[in-house]
Amino acid sequence: MAAEQTTQEYILHHLTNATMCMTDDGLKFSHGKELEHASTVCQEAGFWVWNIDTMGWSIALGVLFLWLFRRVAKSATTGVPGKTQAFIEIVVEFVNTNVRDTFHGRNNLIAPLGLTIFVWVFLMNLMDLVPVDLLPWAAGQIANAATGVDPHNVYMKVVPTTDLNLTLALALGVFFLILFYSIKVKGVGGFIKELTMQPFNHWSMIPVNFILETVTLLARPFSLALRLFGNLYAGELIFILIATLGLWQLPLHFPWAVFHILVIVLQAFIFMMLTVVYLSLAHEDH
Amino acid sequence: MNINATLIGQLIAFMVFVWFCMKYVWPPLLAAIEERQKKIADGLEASERAEKDLELAQQKATEQLKEAKAQAAEIIEQAKKRANQLVDEETQKGHAEREKIIASGYAEIEAERNRAKEELRKHVAALAVAGAQQILQREIDAQAHNDIVAKLVAEL
Repeated sequence: MAAEQTTQEYILHHLTNATMCMTDDGLKFSHGKELEHASTVCQEAGFWVWNIDTMGWSIALGVLFLWLFRRVAKSATTGVPGKTQAFIEIVVEFVNTNVRDTFHGRNNLIAPLGLTIFVWVFLMNLMDLVPVDLLPWAAGQIANAATGVDPHNVYMKVVPTTDLNLTLALALGVFFLILFYSIKVKGVGGFIKELTMQPFNHWSMIPVNFILETVTLLARPFSLALRLFGNLYAGELIFILIATLGLWQLPLHFPWAVFHILVIVLQAFIFMMLTVVYLSLAHEDH
Repeated sequence: MNINATLIGQLIAFMVFVWFCMKYVWPPLLAAIEERQKKIADGLEASERAEKDLELAQQKATEQLKEAKAQAAEIIEQAKKRANQLVDEETQKGHAEREKIIASGYAEIEAERNRAKEELRKHVAALAVAGAQQILQREIDAQAHNDIVAKLVAEL
């Protein structure tokens, strides 16, 4: 914890993304002595602001995941597997079993989708266990050495799943798939019928049904996004709060980290399972 | 925490990752796993079959052994019977032979005795004739009394 920061500034500093935007003056990065200044740098860009830390870490972790699994997949032997292959196969088997138990039907997308979500989200959640100051400090030092900016004015939020943009992007991706398969399997008419003739199968109840079903449908991506975001954001926040406690952080950090191991695996698993369940529902013809 | 362009970037990244996973990661891994599962299943089946075969072979061997034992016992039994029979036969034969030899011995003895008797009789007759001759030489003519002597010899 930097000496010249107040506790509030410290917390806010940790919860602010590093952003980047194109302005009339060229490419701008959000760094500045005051938070207010940092957040105003990209204000005029409106929507077209990029959280470069979220993007960077998530893509790096996704590439790590795919590189690792692809490497094993390329040299996969059907005989006695090596340790790495055995581990990867345990993960694949785990996902495959869960998908098969939940999703009845033939679709070659569901299982790889589940695997990608599970491992990728898990890896991103895992960043939560990296000591909260380590990577932001390193980023500050690197930025300082490269461009001479004050390390305290460099932002770096290392857990991509604490960024609502990312969780919402995942959830929207799943939502599009729900819509796509609903229409593909049931047809446009079938899908509309599902939205309007349930749960009360009578023409006079169509408006009520429509409201109920639409809320149900729309609640799915938002609950997915907010559940993951909320859990990880809260977890990260508590890590940061513990880090402000001075010496007291030493006994507190460890139990929270241990507890958090459960949370990060569980949240990745829940996201995967709900995705599979939603897509399974989308495939069901009534 | 604002929703911004990152959303779109992440959506694209997500889609690319899922596509890559579906295309290049999942199929070879699952194929390897399924192939191995099949191999293991085949191996288990083969071992089960071998076990069954072994059991069958053992059963067969036991049966054959039992059969062989029974046959051996039968053969031994037959041999014993045959041996007894042989002994009996031989004993009987021996007995018969003995009887025969004894009988022939008796017969020979009888014949010998008869011959000896005959000879003895002849000798006695000759002796008697000789004696009578010597006694009669003085009194009777040998020629005249020859028929009487012959009659005497026949009567002996």
